[in-house]
Amino acid sequence: MSTLSMRLPAISFHRFHGFGNRLVTVAVTLLGLLALTFFIGRVMPLDPVLSIVGSDADQSTYQQVYKQLGLDKPLYMQFGYYLRDLLHGDLGKAMLTGHAVTTDIARVFPATVELATVAILIGTFVGVPLGVYAATRRGRLGDQVVRVISLCGYSVPVFWFGMMGLLIFYAWLGWAGGAGRVDLSYDGLVTRMTGLLLVDSAIQGEWDTFRSALKHITLPACILGLHSMAYISRMTRSFMLAQLSQEYIITARVKGLSERNVIWNHAFRNILVQLLTIVALAYGSLLEGAVLIETVFAWPGFGQYLTSSLLLGDMNAVMGCVLLIGIIFVTLNLIADALYQVFDPRTR
Amino acid sequence: MPAAMTITSPLPSPSAPVTTTPPDAPHSASEALRQTLKRGARRLTRNPLTMAGLAVVLVLLLVAAFAPLIATHAPFAQDLSNALKAPDAAHWFGTDEYGRDIFSRLVYGSRITLYIIALVTIVVGPVGLAVGTISGYFGGWVDTVFMRITDIFISFPGLVLALAFVAALGPGLDHAIIAIALTAWPPIARLARAETLSLRKADFVAAAQLQGASPARIIVRHIVPMCLSSVIVRLTMNMAGVILTAAGLGFLGLGAQPPMPEWGAMISAGRRYMLECWWLVAMPGAAIMMVSLAFNLLGDGLRDVLDPRSE
Repeated sequence: MSTLSMRLPAISFHRFHGFGNRLVTVAVTLLGLLALTFFIGRVMPLDPVLSIVGSDADQSTYQQVYKQLGLDKPLYMQFGYYLRDLLHGDLGKAMLTGHAVTTDIARVFPATVELATVAILIGTFVGVPLGVYAATRRGRLGDQVVRVISLCGYSVPVFWFGMMGLLIFYAWLGWAGGAGRVDLSYDGLVTRMTGLLLVDSAIQGEWDTFRSALKHITLPACILGLHSMAYISRMTRSFMLAQLSQEYIITARVKGLSERNVIWNHAFRNILVQLLTIVALAYGSLLEGAVLIETVFAWPGFGQYLTSSLLLGDMNAVMGCVLLIGIIFVTLNLIADALYQVFDPRTR
Repeated sequence: MPAAMTITSPLPSPSAPVTTTPPDAPHSASEALRQTLKRGARRLTRNPLTMAGLAVVLVLLLVAAFAPLIATHAPFAQDLSNALKAPDAAHWFGTDEYGRDIFSRLVYGSRITLYIIALVTIVVGPVGLAVGTISGYFGGWVDTVFMRITDIFISFPGLVLALAFVAALGPGLDHAIIAIALTAWPPIARLARAETLSLRKADFVAAAQLQGASPARIIVRHIVPMCLSSVIVRLTMNMAGVILTAAGLGFLGLGAQPPMPEWGAMISAGRRYMLECWWLVAMPGAAIMMVSLAFNLLGDGLRDVLDPRSE
């Protein structure tokens, strides 16, 4: 949701001098993240013991499980146990499936990655040209139109847009595939390799499945990508404006270069690094929209797993998911900074 | 050379008297403020998109204030014989599965939307300002600690963190508001800190320090007022985000609970009937989008006026 855009971390230009510093910061942030999820898990009014033993259990069983979960220990020791389990890759068991949370997440995550990747591709390949166009038409009608389009992208509730999309393109027009990743008749035809259905079916030559999957992913990916498109186009516009006001652009124009050459070969090439970092950040924020979009489209991914666990009050699963999203976010931020370091000669 | 004679320099000659104050310079602080506001208002009214946003926000305020007069039906009144009716003259936006009038529910729902926005803003503005200005003014370890905490909160997407908090607190409108407020303050704090960093070495702050003003006084009287304009812009744009997050929580069944006419919860309830009765979902969603867009347009326009550094 738009919220994301507003909450996308601003790129911290002042921090580029020390990448080592940055790593320390990230480590501290990650530790804080763990403390936060741990704390949220503990203030939960649901009694974790009761959810295991059931309400009919006698006092001694209750006490035993209470001890087993380490709830009789002081809070800092509980946090220690939490960290220890985490380092062993143990996030606890999910009530819904009975599997370990990590197993569950590994199973559902590729579906979300697939959706988010197609969405970011759409967002980038539509957003960048729109932003460049708006920058070249600054203040004129074209610019205003792009401005309204991207503000709409920020403002539309993504779950509502998804439902309207389903209604129009699936129920009324029949262009898009409906809920899920693939038509039911193709379900299970492709053996799981990468977990990305489009890739798996292409590798195995199951082109009917591939077509069906493509039909199913297009609509949710477009809707999910709308928000990144809005963000990317606005950032592209302001980056381009900053370049176009510089003297080398005037020089290029005075030399008599074509406008197209000036814009794409001179100005645009200089914003590529900035764009790359923006795209990395936008990719992280897609996860937020994915939580809602997956619920609407019954997409069997991470977001749907999170919300269904939430409604069951399954804290192990919820905190595992939240933690993972936090880690992905922090990592993408780090990657964005690293890209800057590597590609921008000024930061060397 | 006659040609050279015709060229007159556009610059005033060095001997011309140099006035230090323009003729219309303000004579007092209040007059200066008035002039700034007037200039700002003129720039604000020039942009039709901003005005459109402002108009929608004003309409929202009026609708919420006069909801009983505007609503054509009672928002909770069930009428099962009229359930799931398409929009017509009696029910402008149709009726839901209990025969309740959707238009009237939307009208009353505006109060919930405003309630959410107001509460979140009242909490987030001061908290963000306090954290940001204190962090920026004192620097050092205070800054490090505050900014690390901010980083942790900012490293989650807002909705996901709000989800986690609501999961812990239990579903409900007030819990949703708390959760949204907990996730919405970090950007404000960062903004206030950045502003404070650029101010704390300013001459007027040094002057106040030399006069013996306490840090608390300098922050409250000298730094906070300078941060206010950009914080207000940010808060306005945040409101759009707050509306969307609240609607998203309502849609997931974690925010306002039925039968409350909260717009997101209305969409969630109407989802089952969506394929036959599009108006159950389309109308509340359109309302959310319009209000959110209005706040975005208004915030965008305000930024152009209040923030001199924006292009």
